[in-house]
Amino acid sequence: MLSRYGLRCFALGYLSLLLLAPLGMVFWRTFEHGFWPAWDSITTSDARHALYLTLLIAAIVVPANTVYGVLCALAIVRGRFPGKGIVNALVDLPLALSPVVVGLALLLLYGRTGWLGPWLTDHGIQVVFALPSLVLATIFVSLPFVVREVVPVLREIGTEQEQAAATLGASRFQTFRKVTLPAIRWGVAYGVVLTMARALGEFGAVSVVSGHIAGKTETMTQYVQAQYEGFNVAGAYAASVLLAILAVITLLAMTLVRRKEETV
Amino acid sequence: MAEPLAAPAPAAVRARSGQSAPGIGIGIATAYLSLIVLLPLAALVWQSQKAGARGFWDAISSPEAVSAIEVTLVASAIVALVNALTGTVIAWVLVRDRFRGKSLVNAVIDLPFALPTIVAGLTLLALYGSQSPVGVNVAFTRAAVVLALLFVTLPFVVRTVQPVLQELDLEMEEAAASLGAHRLEIFRRIVFPNLLPAILSGVALAFTRAIGEFGAIVLISGNLPYKTEVASVFVFSQLESDDISGAAAVSVLLLLISFGILLVIGTVRRYATRHDDA
Repeated sequence: MLSRYGLRCFALGYLSLLLLAPLGMVFWRTFEHGFWPAWDSITTSDARHALYLTLLIAAIVVPANTVYGVLCALAIVRGRFPGKGIVNALVDLPLALSPVVVGLALLLLYGRTGWLGPWLTDHGIQVVFALPSLVLATIFVSLPFVVREVVPVLREIGTEQEQAAATLGASRFQTFRKVTLPAIRWGVAYGVVLTMARALGEFGAVSVVSGHIAGKTETMTQYVQAQYEGFNVAGAYAASVLLAILAVITLLAMTLVRRKEETV
Repeated sequence: MAEPLAAPAPAAVRARSGQSAPGIGIGIATAYLSLIVLLPLAALVWQSQKAGARGFWDAISSPEAVSAIEVTLVASAIVALVNALTGTVIAWVLVRDRFRGKSLVNAVIDLPFALPTIVAGLTLLALYGSQSPVGVNVAFTRAAVVLALLFVTLPFVVRTVQPVLQELDLEMEEAAASLGAHRLEIFRRIVFPNLLPAILSGVALAFTRAIGEFGAIVLISGNLPYKTEVASVFVFSQLESDDISGAAAVSVLLLLISFGILLVIGTVRRYATRHDDA
């Protein structure tokens, strides 16, 4: 009995000291002087633009990686093609790679001295230090989530129902829409939530390629850093709280989706 | 897309849904992956080779680079070991223990996945930095690096061990207990061997994540060269001082380490699930 309580206290104590207490502290510091000072510091034009940019990036990245994730999972599970093992390994790479390395790789491809740099300059296309590179960086780092959630579900459901549908004369698209998609929908949903969280919170890769132009290429996470380093700690805390609230909403969504996944 | 009305033989259906159905999918999947992931990485590797093998070696063997890589590897190893213990304990409590608010605790585990890393670093700094209300100040020390890494890697071991523990048959443990085995003995000889592949794969994931971490560390560590500067921060600072080939060389080293660990994880997974794949 004693060891059970001991382990419980250890686990809860560890979580409180490492996760909850620091997060609570930021909330407390933010609202120390009331709600309105915090509100004022996240409604400056730079902060609003940073939030707009972050949401815009997520709005491009999440649909792109969701469609890709489902296609790629289908290819990995159902397809037989040379190099499948390589595709399978490469899909995981963004999870293991430092975001700074991702940013640097993009810079060396699209930057001034990069492979495509001169061609892009000649054609007046700006990728680095502009929205396209922010989107590319975020797509790179959040690429694996939908794939990784959908692959095990596809393995689990097998192909019998799809074969039955095909036997009954359903077209491939009909089979996908009416048989495969309903079966994998909670896996997709969970992947989308993870992709969303990563897209909203990406820092390292975006930091390398954005150029940190306040009000132009600064995302919400970079805004937090810029405010903190510019000694506007209150502004950094307020922006952090906003991001933390988005994170808590994400957690709620994750919990709900996981519960659905288990009951299906 | 019109399908023949006559029902095809099962073998033909299998061939179709197994090969040609995702044909376009395979093409798109490979092309997207090449454009988004492979091409930039190829540019990175190419850049790191421009200065020749000698230049590459000089870049990764400069004292500051060696120190940054060492700090990264040591801190990541410590974090991986701590996670092996705490992650297993937390997973055990979540599966075997019963208390009010357990589902809330279960949801909180994923917080480090949902919270932006820069916010994670800032929250730790608020409680354990120079303005600490509890009088603990780890800012700008190596302890801060470890603390930040513990925060971001918390879910990995918990989330890999938890499902295995859930599936684990209680009967084995009951049988051992009825035969007079001590609780510690049961854990050591029955529970632990079953959990080991999951713990290892969680630890490897945590280690990889720790090696590449940037956002959580950048504010709290102070990025002091030879002291708290980790590899990814080193790459960033090389980039800011326009030493592209130095940044690229250390990046390629990090890339190789990541790829190596992924291979290890793949092997561990295959070993753990070899019954399913057969």
